[in-house]
Amino acid sequence: MPVRRLRIVLAEDAALLREGLVGILERAGHEVVAAVGDADALLAYVAKERPDAVVTDIRMPPTHTDEGLRAAARIRGEHPGIAIMVLSAYVAEAYVSELLDSAAGGGIGYLLKDRVGHVREFLDSLDRVAAGETVIDPQVVRQLLGRRRADGPLASLTEREREVLALMAEGRTNGSIAEVLVVSEGAVRKHVGNIFAKLRLDSSSDRRVSAVLAYLRG
Amino acid sequence: MSGTPDAWAALRAQPWRYLGSRWPWGALAYLLTTVPVGVVALVVLGLTLFVGAVTLVVVVGIVVLATVPVLAGLLGVVERARLRLVQHAAPSGMTLADRLRAGRRLAVSWPEVGYAFLVAVVLWPLDALLLVLAVSFPVVMLLAPWLATVGRMEVMGWQVDPGAEAWAACAVGLVLLVAAAYLVGLAAVAQAALARLLLDPRQAELARAVVDLRRSRVDLVDAFETERRRIERDLHDGVQQQLVALTMTLGHAELDVPEGPGLTLVRRAHRQAEQALDDLRGTVRGIHPRVLADHGLAAAVHEIADRSTVPVDVDIRLEERLQVPVEAAAYFVVSEALTNVARHARARRTEVHAWRQADRVVLTVIDDGVGGARLDGAGSGLRGLAIRLDALGGELTVSSPSGGPTEVRMECPCAG
Repeated sequence: MPVRRLRIVLAEDAALLREGLVGILERAGHEVVAAVGDADALLAYVAKERPDAVVTDIRMPPTHTDEGLRAAARIRGEHPGIAIMVLSAYVAEAYVSELLDSAAGGGIGYLLKDRVGHVREFLDSLDRVAAGETVIDPQVVRQLLGRRRADGPLASLTEREREVLALMAEGRTNGSIAEVLVVSEGAVRKHVGNIFAKLRLDSSSDRRVSAVLAYLRG
Repeated sequence: MSGTPDAWAALRAQPWRYLGSRWPWGALAYLLTTVPVGVVALVVLGLTLFVGAVTLVVVVGIVVLATVPVLAGLLGVVERARLRLVQHAAPSGMTLADRLRAGRRLAVSWPEVGYAFLVAVVLWPLDALLLVLAVSFPVVMLLAPWLATVGRMEVMGWQVDPGAEAWAACAVGLVLLVAAAYLVGLAAVAQAALARLLLDPRQAELARAVVDLRRSRVDLVDAFETERRRIERDLHDGVQQQLVALTMTLGHAELDVPEGPGLTLVRRAHRQAEQALDDLRGTVRGIHPRVLADHGLAAAVHEIADRSTVPVDVDIRLEERLQVPVEAAAYFVVSEALTNVARHARARRTEVHAWRQADRVVLTVIDDGVGGARLDGAGSGLRGLAIRLDALGGELTVSSPSGGPTEVRMECPCAG
């Protein structure tokens, strides 16, 4: 059972995937109040139903470019409290930037579509987004961290700190990072402190994912 | 003797050296000879038309009038020869012998006939007038020191006295002579261009064919790009979605199937489906990356740079989006160059730069590897890109001395 039963509006133009997603979400105990195939319908239902969360594909009719992304930005502008999970057929940093650049609001997520196949992981991510966290696909984070600069401050990080940074960028809490790395939460806190110091980032920021990503993007 | 191919080139390239070349004399001769040729043409054509018109009632007139195109053809032969006075390479045309042999089978060239009448009625009087003016004024002024002593000299209300004033007039004459040389040159060039246009229709046809050819090549590149996008869309919206749906179903199944060999199989199927999806994603990206279409070159290049095993510095200074074929070509140049760097260069770092230079876009990929890359190397993907750029009027060059560094440079015209 999920942490919290969510009312969800789902937008996905491929009927096959839409049915699959509805199945997974309902099986987990969430309520899919509307499952639509384009951005206009998505916006209409969001305005009508005021759901807790929106799950949307990036590419949808009519132009099949980034309707989902633009709809997400609008929803954040008009209903900042709604958590948004964006699904994409491929990882592209450009979309992440656009998503994070949209107005601040509830939790936000950007996941590769096949991540949905790992049902438990996907549902966990959705819960975290609904709780106000930022969740970025590990593959995007890997890509960003892979962009090594021989002379950049990233080079001064230890292997362990780099691991912690990657998990942090995915939006995990210190507790969750400790769990993954099998260390104490205190150790993680120490690593995080070191990372923020080395990268000269503001550790007091509660949007630390954005901060980290903004840094990595630069 | 000047090395320039014709009077026009000489006038344009080196206006001062034109004066010392053979071209002013050629131009003068060209205009001078127009007069007798024109007079003869006027007489012959006039007579022919007159006789033809008079005898038209007895049918013979038709035959007489039919000789007009032949006469125009003969004049065309003379005129082509005369063009050599202002151009090195005169249009070849048919020789007089060929023309006579072809006789009636020769199609009437109406531009040729038109040109014959133009020479007979318009051009020669114009040339004669121009020559009189262009020659008489400078000559009179140059002779001023002598003329003024012989008698009263007045030019356009200027009473020229002997002595210093006469020498000033002489200097003016010199300036006028230079001006006349240019005037005659320009007139001859213009007339020769007209002659060439009417007497050498093949030239115009060829020029048109080149334009057509260039357009069809660009169309081909466009069609190619459109097709790539269609394939990309089909894969993306079709096969890829099906595979994602499959992984979802398998993921779902994993929750339902009890622990045991069945679950192991489902999990394996899930992994295989994911692998297939991953491969397909790579293929789709190779065909036409979505990010390029959605976010432009800079974003797309950053994505490739992020995946590269060699560190890449990206510096793309293009404010506006490029045209679709140019943008795609630029993307694939970067993609191919970086693939080569990763495979062969043993480089420590790579730089990608792109900027706009007037109406061209310039893009370079530079690495500090071992060098030795070649555009025509076996299996070089750059070769195909060079062909593609050629069609767009652009160019791809590779500079890669042994020991490095390697620079792949693309230049391509881009409007807007």
